[in-house]
Amino acid sequence: MRTDKELRRVVTDADAQNISRVEELSYELKVADVMARNVQTVTPDMQMIEVLELFRRTRISGAPVISNGKMIGIVSMEDLVRAMERGNTHARVRSYMTADVTTMHSYDSVVTALETFARTGVGRFPVVDETDQLVGILTKGDITSGTLKALQEDYQEEEVRRYRASHLFEDIVSDRTSLILRYHIKPRDYVHGGQASSYIKRALLRLGANAQLARRCGIAIYEAEMNLIIHTTLGGVIWVEIESNQISMATIDDGPGIADVTLARKAGWSTATADVREMGFGAGMGLKNIERCVDEMTIESKVGEGTRLDMKILLLPEESFRETS
Amino acid sequence: MTLQDVIERLDLKVLTQPANFSKVTPTGGYTSDLLSCVMAGAKKGAVWITLQAHLNIVAVAALLEMSAIIITENAQPEAATLNKANEEGVVLLATELPSFEVIGRLWEMGLR
Repeated sequence: MRTDKELRRVVTDADAQNISRVEELSYELKVADVMARNVQTVTPDMQMIEVLELFRRTRISGAPVISNGKMIGIVSMEDLVRAMERGNTHARVRSYMTADVTTMHSYDSVVTALETFARTGVGRFPVVDETDQLVGILTKGDITSGTLKALQEDYQEEEVRRYRASHLFEDIVSDRTSLILRYHIKPRDYVHGGQASSYIKRALLRLGANAQLARRCGIAIYEAEMNLIIHTTLGGVIWVEIESNQISMATIDDGPGIADVTLARKAGWSTATADVREMGFGAGMGLKNIERCVDEMTIESKVGEGTRLDMKILLLPEESFRETS
Repeated sequence: MTLQDVIERLDLKVLTQPANFSKVTPTGGYTSDLLSCVMAGAKKGAVWITLQAHLNIVAVAALLEMSAIIITENAQPEAATLNKANEEGVVLLATELPSFEVIGRLWEMGLR
């Protein structure tokens, strides 16, 4: 018999180039990473009709059979079909289950699991841990979705690494460096509502902002963005200036303008129309939310001319955009 | 408790693309149909229970990095909402139950 080592071909440098990330992952990922947890189990004394009901309700197609805390078999859709063919739906699980169960170990690699699936032709394996306790169940579908999930995580990590721009403020030398972002917001464009704020939040994260800071900016800008969409005549501009020690944000529009700014800043006061309120906007909380998230907020407005909302967040030394070397 | 447990116990319909919900653990819950209230009150990783089903709930959930939105009383999101949610990785779940009952059941399950 060949050993495991011989089974796997020798990889040359040229081959290594061609190994897909999926192949690599099948070695890196363990069964525990991809298996389904919270396993539905049945007892040997349950009737097959009850198993059918369980499968239907939980949308599974097989379950381990447990007696006195020990796994004594596995019952699957095929067993159900056999019982139904013979009109034995009230038979006990013990008479239709497969008693000789092959298990997998949670610490096995996915490639080992794949080999086992191919070798045995079995559709699902109970997974046990080091102490032989049942901890999960594994189907080929679990491997597919688990690998895809890992690929996606991989991709995101790669994306963050490639686009990380936190060194920007270090690399560029000037007396005062800033990065300016501008977004044009159209009136009543609910379809893109929140788009600019989500871009800004992402930009801040790429620049190395901590999650809390990015969230504060995201919330403040979201409210300001929605105000432009809901209230302005011709839309407006969001302007964000990022410096290593502060973030200044502003929205500028040319109308209709706010008649009473003091009133507008009061919680619960809103001029939104009924249909806007129906969508869950216009609660009169937007400016309050902004105030809560930023260090300084000022509004200048004139009816017939427009509104300028300024927001500023001062960064704490540990939040500033500098690489900690 | 994982999002998978929540989906199973409340028999929720998963509207967005399937994912490994047993790896998602909701950190709490929040309910309101007013988006600004949600902006002010919902925590990262929470599930949001709402009657709103229009496009803008996705932006709110994405910004706040919520674990899922449970849309109640059979309110139907449009295709554009579902597309946007899939794009942003926001999980949309639906039920015919009213918000009150969904919250009650989540509370009973231990979500605080």
